[in-house]
Amino acid sequence: MGFSKDHLLARLQELQIDYSKYEHPPVLTVEEQAKYVSSSEGALSKNLFLKDKKNRYYIVSAMTDTKVDMKVLSQRLGLGKGGIRMAPEEALSELLQVSLGCVTPFAVVNESARDVSLLLDQKFKNQTRCIFHPLSNDVSISLNTLGLDKFLQSIGRDSVYIDLEANPVVGKDQPPDLAVYVPSNSVVVPELPTKTASIQTASKNVSAEKTKPVASAKPSKLAGNVKSAVEDSALLVFKNPEKFVEEILDKTTALLLSEGKGENVEALAETFRKRLTSEFTHLAVMYKNTAYSQGFYAGTQSQPKRP
Amino acid sequence: MEVDKKEEIASDSSEQVVNPWEVSAKDGGKIDYDKLIDQFGCQRLDESLIDRVERLTSRQPHVFLRRGVFFAHRDFDLVLDAYERGDKFYLYTGRGPSSEALHLGHLIPFMFTKYLQEAFKVPLVIQLTDDEKCMWKNLSVEESQRLARENAKDIIACGFDVTKTFIFSDFDYVGGAFYKNMVKVAKCVTLNKAMGIFGFSGEDHIGKLSFPPVQAVPSFPSSFPHLFPGKDKLRCLIPCAIDQDPYFRMTRDVAPRLGYSKPALIESTFFPALQAKNGKMSASDPNSAIYVTDTAKDIKNKINRYAFSGGQDSIEKHREIGANLEVDIPVKYLSFFLEDDAELEHIKKEYGEGRMLTGEVKKRLTEVLTGMVERHRMARAAVTEEMVDAFMAVRPLPNMFE
Repeated sequence: MGFSKDHLLARLQELQIDYSKYEHPPVLTVEEQAKYVSSSEGALSKNLFLKDKKNRYYIVSAMTDTKVDMKVLSQRLGLGKGGIRMAPEEALSELLQVSLGCVTPFAVVNESARDVSLLLDQKFKNQTRCIFHPLSNDVSISLNTLGLDKFLQSIGRDSVYIDLEANPVVGKDQPPDLAVYVPSNSVVVPELPTKTASIQTASKNVSAEKTKPVASAKPSKLAGNVKSAVEDSALLVFKNPEKFVEEILDKTTALLLSEGKGENVEALAETFRKRLTSEFTHLAVMYKNTAYSQGFYAGTQSQPKRP
Repeated sequence: MEVDKKEEIASDSSEQVVNPWEVSAKDGGKIDYDKLIDQFGCQRLDESLIDRVERLTSRQPHVFLRRGVFFAHRDFDLVLDAYERGDKFYLYTGRGPSSEALHLGHLIPFMFTKYLQEAFKVPLVIQLTDDEKCMWKNLSVEESQRLARENAKDIIACGFDVTKTFIFSDFDYVGGAFYKNMVKVAKCVTLNKAMGIFGFSGEDHIGKLSFPPVQAVPSFPSSFPHLFPGKDKLRCLIPCAIDQDPYFRMTRDVAPRLGYSKPALIESTFFPALQAKNGKMSASDPNSAIYVTDTAKDIKNKINRYAFSGGQDSIEKHREIGANLEVDIPVKYLSFFLEDDAELEHIKKEYGEGRMLTGEVKKRLTEVLTGMVERHRMARAAVTEEMVDAFMAVRPLPNMFE
């Protein structure tokens, strides 16, 4: 298996790279991550794992509000207009050895990712700190780009920062400006049947329902797939007692982790009541409504008792 | 006796106009709510009533009551008197399903009604006036019915209890006892009176003229024989925005003549548009409103770009004079949705005295609204077609007062 998050964090400490760590429930989207890691800790990043038609792979890591135009990026890399797309899920597990929702610059620490090109948003350099997943989507770390650079150097890589929003003309007399960052080697990722891919990618915190096949999806579709995966699991919360309890405990422990520093127990209990009562009541009402509706439907389908 | 205002519909732009189909302030300024209360003849919802609500329900009054969002009423004190004696009431509210896109302004009456249902433990009927929108917005019957069902999902997502809530669409439900009441009401209102109250003219089609009884009769328990059999004296409380007052003035006028109790009302101000200049949030201008389908990014952008700020032009001037809280939209929105009274006071003080900047206020607002919209989306995702069917089924509600 690849580098684990603990392995990575230990390596950062060895290199005396300063970082802050935030633990939270596993998150699949930036929006979710934003709930647990406030922007005062650093700039959140969105991380794309891309592949071109010649089986070369790229990680693009950007500020969340940077517009990444896939067409423009593809041209600047010299791949033509539609030359780049989201990498399939098997590539995520085979090359980066991380799970869905976990793409991160740190993934290049793995030997399997030696041919993956890492492109970083130059806007990161203006930030005091930036936030990435350290190979696991239930932790986020914030660190300065100098720290990231130091880490990349230690594994023999140069940091590549580019202006992701630039849209230079690419033509006969204007060569593609990012072509130099296209990997020299292509990688063939064995195409696994979807079932095996799910088992391989399921990290300990991602339940089976959340993992959906993502083969060759366009960026907006990927976001849509991840979002619908999150919404399907929302439905389950209201139908399944275990998921319901899990959701309540997730929210409670998240609040405990964020508020529980040094507060006395009584004050903490008050905070819990105040912050959680209305949210949990809402959850419970939806749970009740779901149960009633299922019963109501069953009632319409049931046959009258035999006399 | 209700005051009969012949000059109700002042199409004069130097007067403010407030009726179910138009809301605009005088000379493009702010809506004068005191004048409105005076003109309509309803009462201010004062502190003593709010304290009574707190006592009777044993819980903190809803943020909309504390902040004066729901600010006017008719006979709410009588409803509370009866409640104290052990006589319950039922709630009635509704929506005209004219668009699929619901914005936060639309959710306000539903959020408040949900609180009333939970706090007082009473049943609720929700009317979807698909027929009204079919007539006024010239939608096809099928489209208005479809929109009604879609809107029902967002309404359900607000957290109503299915064991105490009946949602119905006019196209589905009008008939039987409901229609009998409609005819009784219609017999009591002359054409001239209707034209005076609602501003109808000889050019309007007769569908419009015959609509008001449809919105009136859910105030009478006998319209719902499957819910309130034998409870003809059950009181009705109607939470609504104040522009709906004309319908219920008419209803209250008619009720005694039919031997029914007058419905009570509890009325809200309008939720201001982001850019402030319009009278209220409008579904036809996407940047005037925050929609329940907006992403976190959309919300952040809309607030940052379009929310009208009361801050000063320069930081120096701002630190010196402070923000104009009267016109500042982010602070207004926070007063609707920020639960914590202490935090709101702190923000108003710091911002009003120039120590806090607009950016910070907008950031907090974005957080609050994003949280709300996220929660709504999650709940909405859980609303299935079966759930809508269950809410809309004509069925008894045996536990409605528990």
